[in-house]
Amino acid sequence: MGDRIELDVPARPEYLSLIRAIVTMIASTGSKLPDPRIEDLRLAVTEACANAIDAERRKPEAQRMPIVLRCDLESDLVAVEVHDEAGGFDPDALVPHPPVTKPDRLKFERGLGIPLMRELTDHLEFRREGGGTTVRIEISAHLRTA
Amino acid sequence: MDLGLAVREEGGWTVLAVSGEIDIATAPSLREKLHALLADDRRNLVVDLDDVGFLDSTALGVLVGVLKRARTEGGELRIVTTQPRVRKVFEITRLDSAFDLCSTVEDAVRGTRE
Repeated sequence: MGDRIELDVPARPEYLSLIRAIVTMIASTGSKLPDPRIEDLRLAVTEACANAIDAERRKPEAQRMPIVLRCDLESDLVAVEVHDEAGGFDPDALVPHPPVTKPDRLKFERGLGIPLMRELTDHLEFRREGGGTTVRIEISAHLRTA
Repeated sequence: MDLGLAVREEGGWTVLAVSGEIDIATAPSLREKLHALLADDRRNLVVDLDDVGFLDSTALGVLVGVLKRARTEGGELRIVTTQPRVRKVFEITRLDSAFDLCSTVEDAVRGTRE
Protein backbone atom coordinates (compact mmCIF):
# COMPACT_ATOMS: atom_id res chain seq x y z
CA MET A 1 0.00 0.00 0.00
CA GLY A 2 1.19 3.47 -0.80
CA ASP A 3 0.59 6.62 1.16
CA ARG A 4 -2.77 8.35 1.43
CA ILE A 5 -3.30 12.06 2.02
CA GLU A 6 -6.75 13.54 2.61
CA LEU A 7 -7.77 17.18 2.48
CA ASP A 8 -11.02 19.01 3.19
CA VAL A 9 -11.24 22.25 1.23
CA PRO A 10 -13.99 24.88 1.39
CA ALA A 11 -16.08 24.74 -1.80
CA ARG A 12 -14.97 28.15 -3.05
CA PRO A 13 -13.34 28.92 -6.43
CA GLU A 14 -10.57 30.99 -4.85
CA TYR A 15 -9.15 27.79 -3.31
CA LEU A 16 -8.59 26.14 -6.71
CA SER A 17 -5.09 27.56 -7.18
CA LEU A 18 -4.18 26.35 -3.68
CA ILE A 19 -5.56 22.87 -4.51
CA ARG A 20 -3.41 22.79 -7.67
CA ALA A 21 -0.30 23.81 -5.74
CA ILE A 22 -0.90 21.20 -3.02
CA VAL A 23 -1.75 18.34 -5.40
CA THR A 24 1.33 19.13 -7.50
CA MET A 25 3.53 19.01 -4.39
CA ILE A 26 1.89 15.83 -3.11
CA ALA A 27 2.40 14.05 -6.46
CA SER A 28 6.00 15.18 -6.85
CA THR A 29 6.83 14.21 -3.26
CA GLY A 30 5.01 10.88 -3.10
CA SER A 31 5.38 9.45 -6.59
CA LYS A 32 7.72 9.32 -9.55
CA LEU A 33 5.31 10.83 -12.07
CA PRO A 34 7.19 12.77 -14.76
CA ASP A 35 6.38 16.49 -15.07
CA PRO A 36 4.02 16.21 -18.08
CA ARG A 37 1.88 13.70 -16.15
CA ILE A 38 1.85 15.96 -13.08
CA GLU A 39 0.56 18.68 -15.44
CA ASP A 40 -2.21 16.32 -16.60
CA LEU A 41 -3.07 15.58 -12.96
CA ARG A 42 -3.14 19.27 -12.10
CA LEU A 43 -5.60 20.01 -14.89
CA ALA A 44 -7.81 16.94 -14.30
CA VAL A 45 -8.04 17.66 -10.55
CA THR A 46 -8.92 21.32 -11.25
CA GLU A 47 -11.73 20.23 -13.58
CA ALA A 48 -13.10 17.75 -11.02
CA CYS A 49 -12.89 20.29 -8.17
CA ALA A 50 -14.49 23.03 -10.31
CA ASN A 51 -17.45 20.72 -10.99
CA ALA A 52 -17.71 19.85 -7.28
CA ILE A 53 -17.52 23.53 -6.26
CA ASP A 54 -20.17 24.46 -8.86
CA ALA A 55 -22.45 21.71 -7.53
CA GLU A 56 -21.97 22.87 -3.92
CA ARG A 57 -22.59 26.49 -4.94
CA ARG A 58 -26.04 25.53 -6.24
CA LYS A 59 -27.04 24.69 -2.65
CA PRO A 60 -28.15 27.31 -0.10
CA GLU A 61 -25.05 28.73 1.57
CA ALA A 62 -25.81 27.29 5.00
CA GLN A 63 -25.92 23.75 3.58
CA ARG A 64 -22.64 23.87 1.64
CA MET A 65 -20.04 21.28 2.57
CA PRO A 66 -16.30 21.26 1.95
CA ILE A 67 -15.07 19.14 -0.93
CA VAL A 68 -12.88 16.20 0.04
CA LEU A 69 -9.70 15.20 -1.82
CA ARG A 70 -8.14 11.79 -1.22
CA CYS A 71 -4.75 11.25 -2.82
CA ASP A 72 -3.39 7.70 -3.05
CA LEU A 73 0.25 7.58 -3.96
CA GLU A 74 2.22 4.74 -5.53
CA SER A 75 5.57 5.10 -7.18
CA ASP A 76 4.13 4.95 -10.72
CA LEU A 77 0.47 5.85 -10.12
CA VAL A 78 -1.37 8.70 -8.44
CA ALA A 79 -5.12 8.39 -7.80
CA VAL A 80 -7.05 11.42 -6.62
CA GLU A 81 -10.68 11.19 -5.58
CA VAL A 82 -12.74 14.37 -5.38
CA HIS A 83 -15.93 14.07 -3.37
CA ASP A 84 -18.81 16.49 -2.97
CA GLU A 85 -22.03 16.23 -0.99
CA ALA A 86 -24.12 18.00 -3.60
CA GLY A 87 -26.44 15.30 -4.94
CA GLY A 88 -25.86 12.92 -7.79
CA PHE A 89 -24.49 13.53 -11.22
CA ASP A 90 -24.81 11.35 -14.30
CA PRO A 91 -21.91 11.90 -16.69
CA ASP A 92 -23.58 9.62 -19.25
CA ALA A 93 -26.46 12.08 -19.49
CA LEU A 94 -24.15 14.66 -21.08
CA VAL A 95 -24.99 15.48 -24.68
CA PRO A 96 -21.95 14.74 -26.85
CA HIS A 97 -20.53 17.76 -28.63
CA PRO A 98 -20.69 17.98 -32.41
CA PRO A 99 -17.31 17.57 -34.15
CA VAL A 100 -15.17 20.70 -34.08
CA THR A 101 -15.34 20.96 -37.84
CA LYS A 102 -19.07 21.77 -37.59
CA PRO A 103 -20.08 25.41 -37.03
CA ASP A 104 -22.47 24.16 -34.31
CA ARG A 105 -19.45 23.23 -32.20
CA LEU A 106 -19.04 26.85 -31.18
CA LYS A 107 -22.43 26.74 -29.47
CA PHE A 108 -20.83 24.70 -26.72
CA GLU A 109 -19.12 26.98 -24.24
CA ARG A 110 -19.66 24.67 -21.31
CA GLY A 111 -19.30 20.94 -20.80
CA LEU A 112 -15.74 20.86 -22.12
CA GLY A 113 -14.37 19.71 -18.75
CA ILE A 114 -15.37 16.04 -18.72
CA PRO A 115 -14.19 15.25 -22.27
CA LEU A 116 -10.92 16.95 -21.32
CA MET A 117 -10.61 14.83 -18.16
CA ARG A 118 -11.20 11.66 -20.19
CA GLU A 119 -8.30 12.58 -22.49
CA LEU A 120 -5.93 13.42 -19.64
CA THR A 121 -6.43 10.41 -17.39
CA ASP A 122 -5.56 6.73 -17.53
CA HIS A 123 -8.79 5.97 -15.70
CA LEU A 124 -11.76 8.20 -14.85
CA GLU A 125 -14.72 7.06 -12.81
CA PHE A 126 -17.82 8.74 -11.41
CA ARG A 127 -19.76 7.13 -8.61
CA ARG A 128 -22.47 8.09 -6.16
CA GLU A 129 -21.20 8.17 -2.60
CA GLY A 130 -22.94 9.43 0.55
CA GLY A 131 -25.05 12.42 -0.44
CA GLY A 132 -23.10 13.29 -3.57
CA THR A 133 -20.59 12.30 -6.21
CA THR A 134 -17.04 11.01 -6.14
CA VAL A 135 -14.80 11.41 -9.17
CA ARG A 136 -11.76 9.14 -9.31
CA ILE A 137 -8.82 10.26 -11.42
CA GLU A 138 -5.89 7.94 -12.07
CA ILE A 139 -2.69 9.13 -13.68
CA SER A 140 0.19 6.74 -14.29
CA ALA A 141 3.84 7.52 -14.90
CA HIS A 142 3.49 6.36 -18.51
CA LEU A 143 3.46 9.18 -21.01
CA ARG A 144 0.40 9.28 -23.22
CA THR A 145 0.47 10.35 -26.79
CA ALA A 146 -2.19 12.94 -27.56
CA MET B 1 -5.22 35.49 -7.27
CA ASP B 2 -6.28 38.06 -9.84
CA LEU B 3 -5.51 37.83 -13.54
CA GLY B 4 -3.29 40.44 -15.15
CA LEU B 5 -5.17 41.97 -18.10
CA ALA B 6 -3.23 44.56 -20.14
CA VAL B 7 -4.72 46.09 -23.30
CA ARG B 8 -2.76 47.69 -26.13
CA GLU B 9 -3.28 48.44 -29.82
CA GLU B 10 -1.08 46.94 -32.49
CA GLY B 11 -1.49 47.06 -36.28
CA GLY B 12 -5.24 47.66 -36.11
CA TRP B 13 -5.76 44.85 -33.59
CA THR B 14 -6.53 45.09 -29.89
CA VAL B 15 -4.11 42.93 -27.94
CA LEU B 16 -5.11 41.64 -24.51
CA ALA B 17 -2.08 40.26 -22.66
CA VAL B 18 -3.22 37.89 -19.92
CA SER B 19 -1.05 36.77 -17.01
CA GLY B 20 -1.82 34.39 -14.17
CA GLU B 21 -3.96 31.25 -13.94
CA ILE B 22 -7.38 30.97 -15.63
CA ASP B 23 -9.97 28.81 -13.87
CA ILE B 24 -13.53 29.28 -12.53
CA ALA B 25 -12.22 31.81 -10.01
CA THR B 26 -10.62 34.11 -12.58
CA ALA B 27 -12.41 33.35 -15.89
CA PRO B 28 -15.27 35.81 -15.15
CA SER B 29 -12.83 38.77 -15.20
CA LEU B 30 -11.43 37.58 -18.56
CA ARG B 31 -14.95 37.23 -19.99
CA GLU B 32 -15.93 40.66 -18.69
CA LYS B 33 -12.84 42.30 -20.18
CA LEU B 34 -13.24 40.72 -23.62
CA HIS B 35 -16.95 41.53 -23.80
CA ALA B 36 -16.18 45.13 -22.77
CA LEU B 37 -13.68 45.38 -25.65
CA LEU B 38 -16.26 44.04 -28.13
CA ALA B 39 -18.86 46.47 -26.75
CA ASP B 40 -16.31 49.23 -27.37
CA ASP B 41 -16.26 48.24 -31.07
CA ARG B 42 -12.88 46.56 -30.85
CA ARG B 43 -13.76 43.47 -32.83
CA ASN B 44 -10.34 42.29 -33.97
CA LEU B 45 -8.82 40.79 -30.87
CA VAL B 46 -5.55 39.05 -30.06
CA VAL B 47 -5.47 37.24 -26.71
CA ASP B 48 -1.86 36.75 -25.66
CA LEU B 49 -1.67 33.74 -23.32
CA ASP B 50 2.12 33.53 -23.16
CA ASP B 51 2.20 34.53 -19.48
CA VAL B 52 -0.61 32.18 -18.51
CA GLY B 53 0.69 29.38 -16.33
CA PHE B 54 -2.54 27.44 -16.23
CA LEU B 55 -5.77 27.31 -18.20
CA ASP B 56 -8.78 25.01 -17.82
CA SER B 57 -11.99 24.26 -19.73
CA THR B 58 -13.71 27.34 -18.28
CA ALA B 59 -11.12 29.50 -20.04
CA LEU B 60 -11.76 27.65 -23.31
CA GLY B 61 -15.49 28.28 -22.84
CA VAL B 62 -14.88 32.02 -22.44
CA LEU B 63 -12.68 32.14 -25.55
CA VAL B 64 -15.20 30.13 -27.61
CA GLY B 65 -17.98 32.52 -26.55
CA VAL B 66 -15.94 35.59 -27.46
CA LEU B 67 -14.79 34.08 -30.79
CA LYS B 68 -18.41 33.40 -31.71
CA ARG B 69 -19.53 36.92 -30.77
CA ALA B 70 -16.56 38.56 -32.54
CA ARG B 71 -17.27 36.64 -35.77
CA THR B 72 -21.00 37.46 -35.58
CA GLU B 73 -20.00 41.13 -35.45
CA GLY B 74 -17.59 40.79 -38.38
CA GLY B 75 -14.44 40.54 -36.26
CA GLU B 76 -11.93 37.86 -35.30
CA LEU B 77 -10.10 36.51 -32.28
CA ARG B 78 -6.59 35.09 -32.45
CA ILE B 79 -4.65 33.37 -29.71
CA VAL B 80 -0.93 33.71 -28.97
CA THR B 81 0.82 31.00 -27.03
CA THR B 82 4.14 29.20 -27.19
CA GLN B 83 3.61 27.26 -23.98
CA PRO B 84 3.24 23.53 -24.61
CA ARG B 85 0.97 23.04 -21.59
CA VAL B 86 -1.48 25.71 -22.80
CA ARG B 87 -1.29 24.56 -26.42
CA LYS B 88 -2.00 20.99 -25.31
CA VAL B 89 -5.36 22.01 -23.79
CA PHE B 90 -6.44 23.43 -27.17
CA GLU B 91 -5.15 20.35 -28.97
CA ILE B 92 -6.81 17.68 -26.86
CA THR B 93 -10.15 19.46 -27.02
CA ARG B 94 -9.47 19.87 -30.77
CA LEU B 95 -10.22 23.58 -30.44
CA ASP B 96 -6.88 24.26 -32.14
CA SER B 97 -8.85 23.89 -35.36
CA ALA B 98 -11.43 26.50 -34.32
CA PHE B 99 -8.89 29.17 -33.28
CA ASP B 100 -5.94 30.72 -35.03
CA LEU B 101 -3.09 29.79 -32.67
CA CYS B 102 -0.04 31.97 -33.26
CA SER B 103 3.47 32.02 -31.76
CA THR B 104 3.86 35.77 -31.46
CA VAL B 105 1.65 38.85 -31.34
CA GLU B 106 3.34 39.99 -34.58
CA ASP B 107 2.26 36.76 -36.31
CA ALA B 108 -1.28 37.17 -34.98
CA VAL B 109 -1.54 40.75 -36.23
CA ARG B 110 -0.10 39.74 -39.63
CA GLY B 111 -2.40 36.74 -39.80
CA THR B 112 0.40 34.20 -39.97
CA ARG B 113 -1.14 31.01 -38.66
CA GLU B 114 1.04 28.06 -37.81
